[in-house]
Amino acid sequence: MTPPSRSEPIRRAGDFSLGDAVERGTVPSGRLVKAPEHFLDPAGIRRAFDEARHGRRDFIRRAFAAATAGAAAAAAPTVAAAAGDGDDPAILNLPEHTTGLGQPVVTDGYGRPSKHEANVQRRQSPGLTQTSQASVSFAPLQSLFGIVTPSGLHFERHHQGWWDVDPTGHRLMINGSDEKIVRKPMVFTMDDLMRLPSVSRFHFIECGANSGMEWGNVAVPTCQYTHGMLSCCEFTGVPLKILLDMAGADVRRGRYLLAEGADGSSMTRTLPMELVERGEVLVAYGQNGEMLRPENGYPLRLVVPGVQGVSWVKYLRRIEVGDQPYGTKDEVLHYVDLMPDGLHRQYTSIQECKSVITTPSGGQVLLGTGFYNLTGLAWSGRGKVRRVDVSVDGGRNWRQARLETPVLSKCLTRFNLDWVWDGKPALVQSRAVDETGYVQPTYRQLRAVRGSRSIYHNNAVQTWLVTESGEVRNVQLS
Amino acid sequence: MSSCREGFAAVLIAAALTAGAAQAQTFPGIGRPATAKELSAWDIDVRPDFKGLPKGSGSVSRGQDVWESKCASCHGIFGESNEVFSPVVGGTGKADIETGRVARLRDESFPQRTTMMKLSSLSSLWDYINRAMPWNQPKSLTTDEVYAVTAFILNLAGVVPDDFTLSDRNVAEVQKRLPNRNGMTTDHAMWPGDGFGRRAPDVRSTACVRDCGPVPKVASSLPDHARNAHGNLAEQNRGVGAQRGADTTRPAPTTLAEAAARATTVASAAPASRTEPAALALAKQHACTACHGIENRLVGPSFVEVARRHAGRADLVDYLAGRIKAGGAGVWGPVPMPPQSLGDADARAIAQWLAAGARP
Repeated sequence: MTPPSRSEPIRRAGDFSLGDAVERGTVPSGRLVKAPEHFLDPAGIRRAFDEARHGRRDFIRRAFAAATAGAAAAAAPTVAAAAGDGDDPAILNLPEHTTGLGQPVVTDGYGRPSKHEANVQRRQSPGLTQTSQASVSFAPLQSLFGIVTPSGLHFERHHQGWWDVDPTGHRLMINGSDEKIVRKPMVFTMDDLMRLPSVSRFHFIECGANSGMEWGNVAVPTCQYTHGMLSCCEFTGVPLKILLDMAGADVRRGRYLLAEGADGSSMTRTLPMELVERGEVLVAYGQNGEMLRPENGYPLRLVVPGVQGVSWVKYLRRIEVGDQPYGTKDEVLHYVDLMPDGLHRQYTSIQECKSVITTPSGGQVLLGTGFYNLTGLAWSGRGKVRRVDVSVDGGRNWRQARLETPVLSKCLTRFNLDWVWDGKPALVQSRAVDETGYVQPTYRQLRAVRGSRSIYHNNAVQTWLVTESGEVRNVQLS
Repeated sequence: MSSCREGFAAVLIAAALTAGAAQAQTFPGIGRPATAKELSAWDIDVRPDFKGLPKGSGSVSRGQDVWESKCASCHGIFGESNEVFSPVVGGTGKADIETGRVARLRDESFPQRTTMMKLSSLSSLWDYINRAMPWNQPKSLTTDEVYAVTAFILNLAGVVPDDFTLSDRNVAEVQKRLPNRNGMTTDHAMWPGDGFGRRAPDVRSTACVRDCGPVPKVASSLPDHARNAHGNLAEQNRGVGAQRGADTTRPAPTTLAEAAARATTVASAAPASRTEPAALALAKQHACTACHGIENRLVGPSFVEVARRHAGRADLVDYLAGRIKAGGAGVWGPVPMPPQSLGDADARAIAQWLAAGARP
């Protein structure tokens, strides 16, 4: 390909379009045509602009004529095209959006979903909590594609309500449990943090209590409520390690950290230094290309990949480095897993490998027999998902699903499998295996070890019953 | 040649600088040292070894006063209430104080876990109250009030006597009497660090592929009466795509044809989004909704109940605005409503909305 050069004949102003050039065979398809000033002399440029101005007047005149004609057509009685057998009126009768003028730009400066998507909402589970400030809303997993949760559909969990914090007044403090463990306690503004080198990473966040209502038996109807305390976003921020180094943290002695929020609950959680040293823990301000949403901790939250959501402290105001775990309210009185022997497991943080089929899933109706793209999500707090198997006979026989890219560590992975539904009842399940070889357990296997009163960390295989009527129900197998 | 040698030396220096930067990256102009005053304002956490616990004290009887005015409305007079949050007190006994293990935690039939059944470190309770209570006015208690409320809870649970005063000097002794002080374990594989030792995951499964057992049998599903308990699921699924949501306002269809006919006639049934009344937004902003539902009773009566009871009063708006500001007790039961610190204009706006029937 030779670039256009001055040796080529000067063209008239009307010729400067790629389409024309391709049509005439002067430029091969896919070739970039440079702007006129790159190969016109000054006189040629003047002529081009001059003709373009005249051309614009012609354009306006033509557009006015067309609009008048359109108005005349609209005034005439509309005659619907007669649809014969097999003819689709949706095709034969041209809709308004085909025959009219659409909306202008910037009707909404930050945009919003189609009005036809109004059913896709975060929702509360009735009766789950008595107040709506210490509560949770579930992400509509059944309506999402790929792996990214739109920021406005990210699940919510607040302990004492959410706030829209002014970022100019927000501060992050780094200090130590004693004076030696952090040499130089520091304060950072948001301006400071956003000047530092940043990274962007996709990670899932799952509440430790996700699926918690289902430990004993089926309690809720759809995957929004069984698994919707789960979201996945691209987070942008500063590796916490950078800030600890700046403050001179003694990481040999300080093997634990405390993260603390600035809201009323001032959430506090203990973290292991190992995750920070590996560069995994981020002090994040970005979410899916925008700033964090207020419900998700605007302007600053901790990102702790693979670990339950409660440790991703929102409205993050302070990190303390210490030499022992902190036994915070959410590590002693909440987020402890009751075992059959009456002991509570403390500091259970990793979200173990888990998966769920989102189509078909509970509360849905299949519209007929035939082909379906059986699809779902898999994730592991210990790394990448290695494989997902799917059963449509309640776990007797399994087929390997396709993992769609990207397959990232501590991130949701989308899986798909071709399925032809024959109209008979089907017990649909997915089972994920992560890169450590850990296999997602059945309810039977999980309960045999942990009983059914744990509340937290239920990662059992989910079963959906597709009934003969096409309705899908949440069930558990014996 | 000499210029070449200089160039070489410059490369060496640059390499040395790069190596230095890799060890301790510096970011001049970013961040500043924290002052002592700032540190003491924010560093409020208390560890299980009581590091961070400020000096102070509070008696059981002082705690009872604070409790009844600031805590009882949510937690009940005796910390037993299950209305708003899980109960604080109950389920522990004298024997548990001896063993440090709450026996009821082994009892599968025991309905609920209280705060005192779980509490293994006294610091956690003190820190909880200090940082997050009262729920709608966190961090408003004085240090001595936090000691006093903690003492009162411990007294309700039989851990300390009626005449006890809890202080920074005796917390370690009280710790030794907590009913569930020996009730925690870190014997699991779910801590992403080395601090508690490394273990293999507790639940083992295998990726069996053919003729795996057991033969599946449905053991649990939602009963028919709960079909619509989460609202109409037809309105909770997209109106286009591989499937629709089930119309749960009607009994389940019996045939595929019936289900399909229904599903395609239920168009997007989601109500057009309505703008919430400004007064309701104010009520949320001022945390009124923490204690009052619109139609449901929480700690206090529902807004609709309030509107109904006082309907017809000539001075209705003035009366309601006054009650919002001043609080009160006795109209709806013994649990007092504390005075609310919102502006007159906001109180009046909420009162007007209540007077007009509290429509959502």
